[in-house]
Amino acid sequence: MVQQDPGPAPDSVLEAVGVDKSFAGVHALRGVDFALRPGEVHALIGENGAGKSTLIKVVTGVYRPDAGRVRLAGADREFRNPLEAQAAGISTIYQEVNLVPLMSVARNLYLGREPRRLGLVDVGRMNRQAAQELRRFGVDTDVTRPLRTLGLGAQQMVALARAVQVDAKVVIMDEPTSSLEPREVDTLFEVIWGLKAQGIAVVYVSHRLDELYAVCDRVTVMRDGAVVHTGEIAGLERLRLISLMLGREMSAVREKGATAFEADRSAGAGGRPALRATDLSLRHRLHRVSLEIRPGEVVGLGGLLGAGRSETAKAITGALATDSGTVEVDGTRLQHRSPAAAMRAGVVMLAEDRKAEGIIPNLSVRENIVLAALPRLSRAGLVDRRRQDEVVRLFMDRLRIKAAGPDQKVSDLSGGNQQKVLLARWLCLQPKVLLLDEPTRGIDVGAKAEVQALINELAEDGLGVLLISSELEELIEGSDRVVVLKDGRVVGELEGDGVTEDALLGALAQDADARDADTRDTDTQDTDAKDQDKEPTP
Amino acid sequence: MSTLAWTGALRDRDRLLRLLQEYGVYAALAVLFLVAVGLNSDFLSAGNVRIQLFQVAPTLLVALGMALVIGTEGIDLSVGAVVALAAAVVPLYLGYGLAFALLIALALGAVSGAVGGAMVAFTRVQPIVATLSLMIGVRGLAEIVNGDSAKPVTDTALLSLGSDSLAGIPLMAWITALVALAVGLVVRRTTFGRRLVAIGDNRQASRLAGLPVRRVLLTVYLVSGVLAALAGVMIVGHGAEADPANQGLNMELNAITAVVVGGTPLTGGRVRVLGTVAGALFMQLITAVLTQHNVPNSYTQIVEAAIICCAVYASQERGTR
Repeated sequence: MVQQDPGPAPDSVLEAVGVDKSFAGVHALRGVDFALRPGEVHALIGENGAGKSTLIKVVTGVYRPDAGRVRLAGADREFRNPLEAQAAGISTIYQEVNLVPLMSVARNLYLGREPRRLGLVDVGRMNRQAAQELRRFGVDTDVTRPLRTLGLGAQQMVALARAVQVDAKVVIMDEPTSSLEPREVDTLFEVIWGLKAQGIAVVYVSHRLDELYAVCDRVTVMRDGAVVHTGEIAGLERLRLISLMLGREMSAVREKGATAFEADRSAGAGGRPALRATDLSLRHRLHRVSLEIRPGEVVGLGGLLGAGRSETAKAITGALATDSGTVEVDGTRLQHRSPAAAMRAGVVMLAEDRKAEGIIPNLSVRENIVLAALPRLSRAGLVDRRRQDEVVRLFMDRLRIKAAGPDQKVSDLSGGNQQKVLLARWLCLQPKVLLLDEPTRGIDVGAKAEVQALINELAEDGLGVLLISSELEELIEGSDRVVVLKDGRVVGELEGDGVTEDALLGALAQDADARDADTRDTDTQDTDAKDQDKEPTP
Repeated sequence: MSTLAWTGALRDRDRLLRLLQEYGVYAALAVLFLVAVGLNSDFLSAGNVRIQLFQVAPTLLVALGMALVIGTEGIDLSVGAVVALAAAVVPLYLGYGLAFALLIALALGAVSGAVGGAMVAFTRVQPIVATLSLMIGVRGLAEIVNGDSAKPVTDTALLSLGSDSLAGIPLMAWITALVALAVGLVVRRTTFGRRLVAIGDNRQASRLAGLPVRRVLLTVYLVSGVLAALAGVMIVGHGAEADPANQGLNMELNAITAVVVGGTPLTGGRVRVLGTVAGALFMQLITAVLTQHNVPNSYTQIVEAAIICCAVYASQERGTR
């Protein structure tokens, strides 16, 4: 079953040998062997919970292995903390940017290693060096600005610049592209190739297969805490890769196609729209956005980062207060605008940021599922525990939520299962309209397919669905209709056979020159918040 | 083999810390109790037990309200002042009967709590700032109402509420026990309790889940105010005088101590009612033991400080994952 390159390569720069690690009796890693060669880009992939993050944390000194060794440049090393690993030449860039948002860009870049003169920080030199350094990473900006005023993509680039600036032998990137725009991804790839040319090895963790094939030399696939495959990535068929990750037969995967959406779902039922939003406007962010969702219809919301997709969904539910505009549900206008009011009317939203806006981390799976439905499951303010447990069991079964039990803390679940818990929270309200903001982001391939299949099923049951997705494939195959947003405006709509990748790209590319100028602006210079899709609502 | 043993030890240490987090306060209380009895065989005498209960009841009442507030990731510094206000107001209305006077005092506690809650819920002033301003203002109000000096109270109904016992246990302790039971029920079984904890854990997610965040916050501070007022009435009944300049002084800090020692995290998202009861009893007992053995008050305070540090350290979330 386990395929490996022959023998422990003597020329490995970083090696994990027979690493075991368990938490509270649960094996997270079992006898993991991993070898990284100098100057290679090595993809590390697997479903959530496969052990990728744990392995990274073991080699970077966050965790100590229960058994096995970590070797750097042929010598056994025991890092007691991430700093030691960093000092030894292993730099890590995490999914979430781990920098200080209120400090200047330059300060962040040199934090702890500031150029000094007479014992004081030489601010002038630091700023000059920082500006020069960052230009190589495609970030051309005033480095004295607070970091948080940069777009997320630019922040990620700063983190990257910081990571490779120390004398790194190994750079580990955990989903580096999750908040980057395509143009920034290109820059990232150039940086990676640059590192490679210097003989620096890169571990590249990502769920995006395209990227792996574009930039990686070799791949290690993990499943259930063990390595199931290591080898060259060129020549490895995608389906084979997916089936290795999932541990399923290739034929089963093939049948499902690229996504779990059925190819020819009957376009949404006609009739009165379940939801009609008219002229939603919000200064700098939304300009008279209107859209309709009919029962049984999946309406995709297309657009680039910062186009106003999340804002539109939030404006519909009242989570984001609008300057003007109306929302009607089943022909009745919502008078009071708040998430609670939208919920009562039957409109619910799965927020994009699972951690900040979704789960209640310290509560159990059960409590998280019934959170919004509590009034329906209570009598005189007392929770009816029997009915509550029925609902929880029903949805844990239906969505196949993998947890030790309903009492397990939700933050202990994998991303995919947390997402299912949140879906359960909304579905148990029996909504009429479901707004899904990046429902499959950051969850493993298996859960992703399940969520996609569920969306299909829900629409067939007559639910109106709004689907926001940055993955073109998902958006195209999942939607009956796609409304295209750009800079907070509706710029096009694709319907029926017109819902194709080309058409969507065409709609996005209209006025491409203006668009280009605009993104460059918002990304690195303009402090305007409009390019921050994730900005917390006031 | 040595690695295995080491891992085992590590796991044991983790488990021990977690056990300590969950049950440490009860174990500490039990040990302290045995020590107290061992040092002084009179400790278990009916008279001494009653004295301890009289003293702990008001603090515990305030602490129960505080536990709810802390569960929402808030803090209520105004409770000591509300104790004083209730103490100042109660004598003025005793002419209409104890029930009426009590009602007025509790209503004032509710109003004060609601003002603090409204500041927290609607104006987004930080809880510590909102209730700090309230603390100063309400203390001033209490002194205005009562005048400068302490006033004796002679109403027999109020005095018996403050000093009578039922089945050997002070009425005050019975009432406090009932309140603790009710608060426990609210936290575990009610919609309100669930919402409170969810809001304390992740406010933004709670809002997006359609929870009435403002209403819950307002109610929590209101309940805290009412319980503080009830404690104030009890203190007047027990001490037979209203003295707003001194009554309820530092009560907010004692309440916070009881909650923290009881294992409720200041970061919100969890309310430990039984732990709070144990925390209050523990602090009462340690003070009693030290005082009974003639340890000067200043040293007692230093011991208390050490205990708080230990409790906070033990209750910290550990990075085991």
